[in-house]
Amino acid sequence: MTASRENSSSFRNHTLTVLAIVLLFLFLWWADGSMAEDLGLSFLPEGLNGYEVQILNLVAVYGILAISLNIIYGFTGMFSLGHAGFMAIGAYVSALCVLTPDQKEMMWIIDEILPSLAALHTPFWFSVILGGLVATVFALLIGIPVLRLGGDYLGIATLGFSEIIRVLIVNATPITNGSLGIKGIPCHTDLFTSFIWLLVVVFCTVRLLSSNFGNVLKAVRDDEIAAQVMGINVFHTKLFSFCLGAFLAGVGGALLGNLLTTIDPKMFTFLLTYNILMIVVAGGLGSISGSIIGSVIITVLLEWLRVVEEPLNLGFVEIPGIPGMRMVVFSVCLLVIILYRREGIMGMREITWDGIAAFLSRFGRKKENRA
Amino acid sequence: MSLELFLQHFFNALTLGSLYGLIAIGYTMVYGILRLINFAHGDILMLGAYFVFYGTTLFCLPWPVAVVVAILGSAGLGVLMDKIAYRPLRDAPRISALISAIAVSFFLESLAVVVFTGLPRPVHQPEWLVSIITIGGARLMPLTLLVPGVTAILVAALLYVVYHTKPGLAMQAISKDIETTRMLGVSVDKIIALAFAIGSALAAASGIMWALRYPQINPYMGVFPGFKAFIAAVFGGIGSIQGAVIGGLMLGFIEIMAVAFFPELSGYRDAFAFILLVVVLLVKPTGLFGEKQKEKI
Repeated sequence: MTASRENSSSFRNHTLTVLAIVLLFLFLWWADGSMAEDLGLSFLPEGLNGYEVQILNLVAVYGILAISLNIIYGFTGMFSLGHAGFMAIGAYVSALCVLTPDQKEMMWIIDEILPSLAALHTPFWFSVILGGLVATVFALLIGIPVLRLGGDYLGIATLGFSEIIRVLIVNATPITNGSLGIKGIPCHTDLFTSFIWLLVVVFCTVRLLSSNFGNVLKAVRDDEIAAQVMGINVFHTKLFSFCLGAFLAGVGGALLGNLLTTIDPKMFTFLLTYNILMIVVAGGLGSISGSIIGSVIITVLLEWLRVVEEPLNLGFVEIPGIPGMRMVVFSVCLLVIILYRREGIMGMREITWDGIAAFLSRFGRKKENRA
Repeated sequence: MSLELFLQHFFNALTLGSLYGLIAIGYTMVYGILRLINFAHGDILMLGAYFVFYGTTLFCLPWPVAVVVAILGSAGLGVLMDKIAYRPLRDAPRISALISAIAVSFFLESLAVVVFTGLPRPVHQPEWLVSIITIGGARLMPLTLLVPGVTAILVAALLYVVYHTKPGLAMQAISKDIETTRMLGVSVDKIIALAFAIGSALAAASGIMWALRYPQINPYMGVFPGFKAFIAAVFGGIGSIQGAVIGGLMLGFIEIMAVAFFPELSGYRDAFAFILLVVVLLVKPTGLFGEKQKEKI
């Protein structure tokens, strides 16, 4: 009896998941503006404009980045502030891979580009994975010494690491074109690419975290000493989680670089890390669905806040726009969240189909009772 | 390297090092008491410099008055910061307070961009501070001697306060055991506020001297000195005031001398401090003068 019920609920959940993904892609197809064209349906409302598409893309990329930080911080409890560094590595590796040799020849004007790099030309998907892998190698190198530190020391050390990466990028002109950055990266990150990456990342992390290894991570987060006593190799666990987070950060950075088509070292300062941290904290530490909700809200909020920077005409008075104001509002939001709702929107909970079903049946019953 | 050139580098390093030391004191005091990295400390430094800039240009205050106003204003700001952003989180996990500190720092920087604009401002250097004098063949500005002098006086005053007055004793007690100190009748919140005030005042003082020494101010000027001073505090042993000063001096010497002897490294100057941090934390995590803390289970 119970078994069949479980089966049916898992069947329902799978169906709903597939349905949701199909719906998402139908939406993306429409948003892209290509649905009406492909199907020849002229009655469809027009797709989103370029600006809105860009925001959707950013939501997906920030979602990936937030999940990657959440794995490190929310699920394993390591306060890492090195995200911008990993993203920079991913973005630069990917950019070096996808640019054509001619483009590189033209762009490197401070120093000649290394010949072996100039000849490099790979497909986009490969460059993204390679970006992630190189970031992982760096994470391994920095993680082995640094992860022995606890708490806030780790934060400062990783922050320092990301600044060192930035200094290296500025100085390694034959590889990175120094402070001039790289321009004209072909815009490979379209809606489908970014959301497929997001879905793959979500799927993999959810599978991983619901496995026993997820429990190991949480055990390390909740009490390191107890975990050690239970026979968990705390250091290996932390290192694995750190490298996984760095891999995803590299992937996210690569996607971001290909989305914005131009990267330079100034982009990857600690402020970028703070942005990602804000998404994770707002969404809820230790919640994948929270990270995605957070990335939607924060990205849209950041764009929407541009309103406060523009002059506002109320009819009788005109309020002049204040440039930079949205960052003030943004930081106040972060402060308010941490002061008054420390666990963020979702806390450690997840949105699951079972949860929604339970909520709906409860809701229905309440209505019945009232009637 | 000639002796004159070496002397010149020596005094530059001494200046930079004492500035790092002054900033590091604020970190070490707050960390020693609350175990909190006050990320916004560097931004207080920036605000101190801006207060003097606007005090002298916009309100035409004479220099000494502007400096006093800036230091008092920054101290007040430090207390306010503690009250709004850190006090409600005393019993929260430490990381929450850290995120709160990041938010405060982010807020102060963005606010400075809005209020003061993001353009770097040139700072007027009083003539007598920058007219070159020659000591033993080295050409120096009086400023390079003034900064270590002021630092020494401030540190001496601070050491007196911490080790020979009652509030100082209370501070030491809080850093050992906050709960017991509260039970003994010390108003802990006031003492913590005092620590923030002193730390912020020192940060403002160093910010003003920083602006005189490197005469350009912008809303993000405090970030890197802040990080590096924190590293200096860790190097010296966090929680120890003498350690902070010595750590700051050593960091200043490392930065200046490494570039002086190996000019090809100049592009990597900002990386030295962070490499030093990693090395220190691995070799001697308690720093030079730090006390070993046992982990309680």
